[in-house]
Amino acid sequence: MKRHLISAADLTRDDAVLILDTAEEMARFADRPIKKLPTLRGRTIVNLFFEDSTRTRISFEAAAKRLSADVINFSAKGSSVSKGESLKDTALTLEAMGADAVVIRHGDSGAPHRLATSGWIGGSVVNAGDGTHEHPTQALLDAFTMRRRLVGAEGAGLDGRRITIVGDILHSRVARSNVHLLSTLGAHVTLVAPPTLLPIGVESWPCEVSYDLDAVLAKSDAVMMLRVQRERMNAAFFPTEREYARRYGLDGERMARMPERSIVMHPGPMNRGMEITAEVADSPRCTAVEQVANGVSIRMAVMYLLLGGAEPARPAPAPEGGAASRPHAGGSRTKEDH
Amino acid sequence: MTEPDDKTLIRGARLLGGEPQDVLLADGTVQEIGRGIEAPGAEVVEAQGGILLPGLVDLHTHLREPGREDSETVLTGTRAAAKGGYTAVHAMANTFPVADTAGVVEQVWRLGKEYGYCDVRPVGAVTVGLEGKQLAELGAMHDSAAGVRVFSDDGKCVDDAVIMRRALEYVKAFDGVVAQHAQEPRLTEGAQMNEGTVSAELGLAGWPAVAEESIIARDVLLAAHVGSRVHICHLSTAGSVEIVRWAKSKGWNVTAEVTPHHLLLTDEMVRSYNPVYKVNPPLRTEADVMALREALADGTIDCVATDHAPHPHEDKDCEWGAAAMGMVGLETALSVVQHTMVETGLLDWAQVADRMSHRPAAIGRLEGHGRPVAHGEPANLVLVDAAYRGQVDPAGFASRSANTPYEGRELPGRVTHTWLRGRATVVDGVLR
Repeated sequence: MKRHLISAADLTRDDAVLILDTAEEMARFADRPIKKLPTLRGRTIVNLFFEDSTRTRISFEAAAKRLSADVINFSAKGSSVSKGESLKDTALTLEAMGADAVVIRHGDSGAPHRLATSGWIGGSVVNAGDGTHEHPTQALLDAFTMRRRLVGAEGAGLDGRRITIVGDILHSRVARSNVHLLSTLGAHVTLVAPPTLLPIGVESWPCEVSYDLDAVLAKSDAVMMLRVQRERMNAAFFPTEREYARRYGLDGERMARMPERSIVMHPGPMNRGMEITAEVADSPRCTAVEQVANGVSIRMAVMYLLLGGAEPARPAPAPEGGAASRPHAGGSRTKEDH
Repeated sequence: MTEPDDKTLIRGARLLGGEPQDVLLADGTVQEIGRGIEAPGAEVVEAQGGILLPGLVDLHTHLREPGREDSETVLTGTRAAAKGGYTAVHAMANTFPVADTAGVVEQVWRLGKEYGYCDVRPVGAVTVGLEGKQLAELGAMHDSAAGVRVFSDDGKCVDDAVIMRRALEYVKAFDGVVAQHAQEPRLTEGAQMNEGTVSAELGLAGWPAVAEESIIARDVLLAAHVGSRVHICHLSTAGSVEIVRWAKSKGWNVTAEVTPHHLLLTDEMVRSYNPVYKVNPPLRTEADVMALREALADGTIDCVATDHAPHPHEDKDCEWGAAAMGMVGLETALSVVQHTMVETGLLDWAQVADRMSHRPAAIGRLEGHGRPVAHGEPANLVLVDAAYRGQVDPAGFASRSANTPYEGRELPGRVTHTWLRGRATVVDGVLR
């Protein structure tokens, strides 16, 4: 593992598989009466959220707490400019407080990259979603969910699996991270959207593109429905909500044409009646709730690996190249802390 | 400080890159050019094979005064200009208050005259407050002591076709020119960088080439229709080059400028998310850079203009989305042109003089600048050590701002001397 997690594009296959396998081990603790591991005791993790996202924030918070880290939630609603304090000054404040890792959610693409490379802080940076750029832990939890449902083996990737991502690709950090990660793991990715919601330049991505949902459903092992904001129609990305739902929404009839063991995914929050009908959202094929649970395991794995788990506190970062040690399922790591 | 009537003898200078000769300056003019000139009592400058060019003229400089003196002032900006080899700059109108009245343009002009580092020709706003709605008093600005000839809402596009048409027509009365910042506003709402494969990956809102090209296409047609001349600011795409080339082939009175940074840098730099690369129009692709170089070489693009845009440190030391757009350029422009155009064989030094001095002065109808280096001409000159190689160090800038994309980059050439009407403003690379 590298010192930061900024982009799914930075992960090698070995890195990604290590995170997924580590998350499997973390998940095993979730089934125990006492879910807490002592591995990050004495470490401080800051959740720095410039955008509201209760779901993502509590997922990171739960993950850090299960690893016994001290968690500070820093909610800086609105942009750094409107708030009057710069990202830099916020970062310097967190640095002075001794943050070992900063989990950042920011409305500007590239803000986590700036935080990690500007020299403002010494700890690890985890991107919890930046603008319309990336959301790497979401892609990891999606891959984790797919591997469990479609492959069922640790140590494996997603080789040959056909994944379809549907919706507002243009504004989606989830789609960008997933395209990178899923292709790294060997999956075939197809993006489906009206042409207005695909970025100019998408042809250089490691995936295929289609405007026709019905044409790809029958050959999809997983269909990931992205949230589409209703306000987009005001900017003429599509004519009406109803037309969008008719052409690109997933309903029961369309789901019936998917292969038998295929799954429906959604990163949430869902717009029922827009990109997904209630029938599909509540069906056993839909993994939306499972994804939330898996999110905690993935974020535990990421923080464990980035902070070196058993290794001494800062300044020593996790070793490069995926050599970080994995936790033992026995959970007897107390003596190695501090 | 040298008095205007003092003499300066430049020994062994290569005029426009030619064979070494001596040049004698006296009374603010070039008095003699030849070999073995003797001038007792004259201050002697050993050029040692340096290239002697007419003083550079910038059509596009943001001096920031009045209003943003934290980033630049007329004094610091003209000192930076002198260090970069400029003897005249056109100061853009997007100040606070906007240079849309005779009072503001005269203030800027007067400050430049007082400091004496470089002639300052204010650019007048086309519309009141740069708002694109009502014509500013263009005639009053022209008639003022500042003698405004170039009008621009730079920073904003005059996007209303009727306002643009009227402005083009109106300034014909006093041989003015409208310099258009070509940016279709609706296509560039929230735009952060060039729209293409890199923006798709970085998740930054795209600034498509068509937003520039569609305005240029409209404006060259408008200029042709009303028989006016139009100047295109900071042309940045291969498509824009094609449109200007087509307009010129029709014989229409269209001129265009390119910035040094668009001749060198591409949107690949944005992958660093370092706001020092954030600029408007944005850095484009390698293919655009090559098309711009070719167009500057063949004359489709008339001149190099810096779009020197100083910003305080905090406006760049932040996340990309919060950062200001723009780069300083006066002190690196000639080096970038040497690197991208001369050392690639696309331009010789005489053509550099044409693109950086003669043509911009002609477009701005600026007298006394952009003249040949010849007997009796104003002694506005720059001496360049073209053999020099060094890393760009913003700590040494005369500009109040340091937002250069070239920090640490090795660039060729160095201005050793600049003369404004015979008086040295820079000697051995140091400001007088």
